[in-house]
Amino acid sequence: MKQSTARLTLTALTLATTLAFSAFSRAGEVEVLHWWTSGGEAKSVAELKKILEAKGHKWKDFAVAGGGGENAMTVLKSRVVSGKPPTAAQVKGPSIQEWGREGVLTNLDDVAKGANWDGLLPAVVSNVMKYQGHYVAVPVNVHRVNWMWVNPEVFKKAGAKIPTTWQEFAVAADKIHKAGFIAVAHGGQPWQDATVFESVALGVGGADWYNRAFVNLDTSALNSPTMEKSFATLRTVQKSIDKDAANRDWNLATAMVINGKAAMQFMGDWAKGEFTAAGKSPGKDYICMPAPGTKGAFTFNIDSFIMFEQKSADAREAQRALASSIMEPQFQEVFNLNKGSIPARTGMSMAKFDQCAKDSSAEFESSAKSKKLVPSWAHGMAMPASVQGAMFDVVTQFMNSNMTPKAAAAKMAAAAKSK
Amino acid sequence: MQSSASAQAGAVASAVAPRRSLLDIIELALPRIVLGPTLLVSVVFVYGFILWTGWLSFTESRMLPRYEFAGLVQYISLFGNDRWWVAVRNLAVFSSLFIFVCLAFGLLMAILLDQRIRAEGFLRSIYLYPMALSFIVTGTAWKWILNPGLGFERVVQQLGFSNFTFDWLVNPKMSIYAVVIAGAWQSSGFVLALFLAGLRGIDESIIKAAQVDGASMPRIYWSIIIPSLRPVFFSAFIILAHIAIKSFDLVMALTGGGPGFSSDLPATFMYAFGFTRNQIGLGAASAMMMMMTVAAVVVPLMYSELRRQRRG
Amino acid sequence: MADHVQRQIAGPQVLGRIVVYGLLVLLALYYLMPLFVMLSTSVKTLDDIRGGNLIALPAEVTFEAWAKAWSSACTGVDCSGLRGNFWNSVSFVVPAVLISTLIGAFNGYVLTMWRFRGSDAMFTLLMIGCFIPFQVVLLPMAQTLGVLGIANSTSGLIFVHVVYGLAFTTLFFRNFYVSVPDELAKAARIDGAGFFRIFWRIILPLSPPIIVVCVIWQFTQIWNDFLFGVVFSSGERQPITVALNNLVNTSTGVKEYNVDMAAAIIAALPTLFIYVVAGKYFVRGLTAGAVKG
Repeated sequence: MKQSTARLTLTALTLATTLAFSAFSRAGEVEVLHWWTSGGEAKSVAELKKILEAKGHKWKDFAVAGGGGENAMTVLKSRVVSGKPPTAAQVKGPSIQEWGREGVLTNLDDVAKGANWDGLLPAVVSNVMKYQGHYVAVPVNVHRVNWMWVNPEVFKKAGAKIPTTWQEFAVAADKIHKAGFIAVAHGGQPWQDATVFESVALGVGGADWYNRAFVNLDTSALNSPTMEKSFATLRTVQKSIDKDAANRDWNLATAMVINGKAAMQFMGDWAKGEFTAAGKSPGKDYICMPAPGTKGAFTFNIDSFIMFEQKSADAREAQRALASSIMEPQFQEVFNLNKGSIPARTGMSMAKFDQCAKDSSAEFESSAKSKKLVPSWAHGMAMPASVQGAMFDVVTQFMNSNMTPKAAAAKMAAAAKSK
Repeated sequence: MQSSASAQAGAVASAVAPRRSLLDIIELALPRIVLGPTLLVSVVFVYGFILWTGWLSFTESRMLPRYEFAGLVQYISLFGNDRWWVAVRNLAVFSSLFIFVCLAFGLLMAILLDQRIRAEGFLRSIYLYPMALSFIVTGTAWKWILNPGLGFERVVQQLGFSNFTFDWLVNPKMSIYAVVIAGAWQSSGFVLALFLAGLRGIDESIIKAAQVDGASMPRIYWSIIIPSLRPVFFSAFIILAHIAIKSFDLVMALTGGGPGFSSDLPATFMYAFGFTRNQIGLGAASAMMMMMTVAAVVVPLMYSELRRQRRG
Repeated sequence: MADHVQRQIAGPQVLGRIVVYGLLVLLALYYLMPLFVMLSTSVKTLDDIRGGNLIALPAEVTFEAWAKAWSSACTGVDCSGLRGNFWNSVSFVVPAVLISTLIGAFNGYVLTMWRFRGSDAMFTLLMIGCFIPFQVVLLPMAQTLGVLGIANSTSGLIFVHVVYGLAFTTLFFRNFYVSVPDELAKAARIDGAGFFRIFWRIILPLSPPIIVVCVIWQFTQIWNDFLFGVVFSSGERQPITVALNNLVNTSTGVKEYNVDMAAAIIAALPTLFIYVVAGKYFVRGLTAGAVKG
């Protein structure tokens, strides 16, 4: 009852506001497809909804959970094919260009010029948001993927040193295991396997090799001794994972670190949200460190919304408002504070952010200069979905069988040819 | 009274030259008109879409459909795909086990329930209710029960059998069997209902005669009752096969196709490649392979059974 | 109940009866266990769940999870629980069930009493078509609905469910009407009754058992469907299965198992209710010949 009265009031207010502003702007409706359905993420998106409604537009939520976007992508394709695409959809990485090629995206250059997006976004970010030089998407955040989340208590109890190289990792994992703890908290899902492998590969092979292998898909880099060594190191990590890891959700693995059952987890910075929600503070209860061997390198994952060509003028107006709202400091700050990532927009005050985010932000800029800023292939930032899927298959099969590193490297090269 | 009036009318009608009025023509065409929409719908939305999928399997469609012919490239790619063969093998294993277990359990429970049990209705509700649940619900519940650390294994270990393991769900070699457990749980109730109905419809006199002849009950069951349930076996098989082939929600909810892709089925393969990996052409090829296999098994079966019914 | 002529395998012997009852009870446990787990988890507190094990009884019973699942759980930006989605599902399931049952009845009637050349072939074609996996039809259906102008609407969703339910409803009614003696229709025809009259006056009154079977089956299939619901609806009009998926498969935050289980049971209540209450009619209808062959 209360809710419908509230809605009625809001509608009345919106109506009044829009009537008042009708001379300047028309009130449209934005339909936004996303899969941020849990409490914390939903709160972040709700911020955007608030901002938009304050501008006099309506927000039509279109949430589809499951598989990190699998279901949402199916729904999106069906909607586009039926001729009624939503206003915006949560799509990132090279997929943005694939959608652009289909000719269904709208041109956001007018908004971009007005707010100087080119000046506010690093080149590596803005290039992903463009198709053939025109803006078709808006970045929401920048995630760092090559983090290692550590419970210092567990290390102390085991008498182990927090590793900065993969050799040190093997030693530390052994000590932790002997002390009765689980060394690495992990969930045996393909994307998690790939996330761990990606950090391992970066640590073993360095940023240059990483780019050649996973961005350029160079066969000689893929089927190489470095790749074999990466897989061999992955085997070592695998020995430190508990046997119940299969199909475990990532946040349950983080819970193991929070509760002191496990010593470390290799996961992106969205894990920080779990620590914060459990009331833990960085530096004391947990430590965020770059994964072994990846200090100074930054694996980025940028969430973004692509915008579809809309038919009515009202809808276009609302869409423009949505695009500009996303880039505004107010939204960038609130959203990223909730989500654990850093703003895509540069030049923002990081005062409200915690130490891990501040470190992240600093490393983001320094790694760009030292050419160690690499896209996360496990999160769809480096290669087409078909190749990424094929590589997932190789990594996950490696983790679930006794495939040799040599065979795995050969399969990675074959996977790169997937179309 | 009515018949005499219509007999008169009939006599009158036949006396006059039989002229077909518009109403008569419509009346004659009515069966076709009534069946028409269903047929049209079936042709367009089933066979038409199958043809569309078939066309796509010969193109290089990636994210959205493209219609230029590209030869057998997708099929070649499909047959070279490790994961596809895992899915095919899983389908064979899963369908045969699933159908067998459901038929066996269903028949067993039907025979048991038919033994003049008290509280038959209550027990029957218990066996039947899983059918009412959606696969998401089933998958969620069983995922938890079969989880080694949290579920059944832990309970038995806590009861004292500390060496007990039941890790089928997380074991790549056994994950597909875990799917069978959950699937059989969901669908055998329906088979039970079918067999119970069939048992109740059997002619008592045959059984009486056999008993007079001195045959024992188990023998009567084996030689008379079970064979006379043949049509029910057929119906149950068709429905179970249909569920097995379409098993998508259950696998997604229970194992996600994992660990790795060890419990993948063609339906989940097609979904992953067609929609997530932007390889619609390959997904279409896998769908065509799936449907051709189904046709190869089901069509001869239906044909022979329908012929048999017509004769018998 | 039919007159069972001493058909029991185990006669009055106590051992035999014990075996029979024993097996039945064992099987009943296998079937009830998940429901028990779901129910008991849904009334536990989160600490209780984490501390105890699956089968343990709740330390204290609380219905908070149920209240949350119904009216305040987050299924997207809206955190208003499953309440709205419940009624969304009702709004398209009821019409779809009624329409597909009606058409199925007419089809079954035609296929058994007004046979014409090729009608059996048509039936076979219809049956084979029911094996098509639904993932295959998503994109072409989306395109077709777009062309027809009913994309992303409740009528579109009803249309899709009717189209793919026709094979089963026709099967049920056809198999049932096959056992209705031909003489009934023939006599009526001689009396001058036409197509619709025979259906209305003679066939329909005989049909309640099979109508019940058909309605129960269709209701279950359509209510529990996820794929069509997620693809062909959006936003506030999403069915309850989609909302349940959004609730249960969230990727961050603490997993609230008790809310998940409560939500799953809420989503299953209508179909569960039907099976518990109308289960015997279901069996009766099947006995009357729904799927005799």
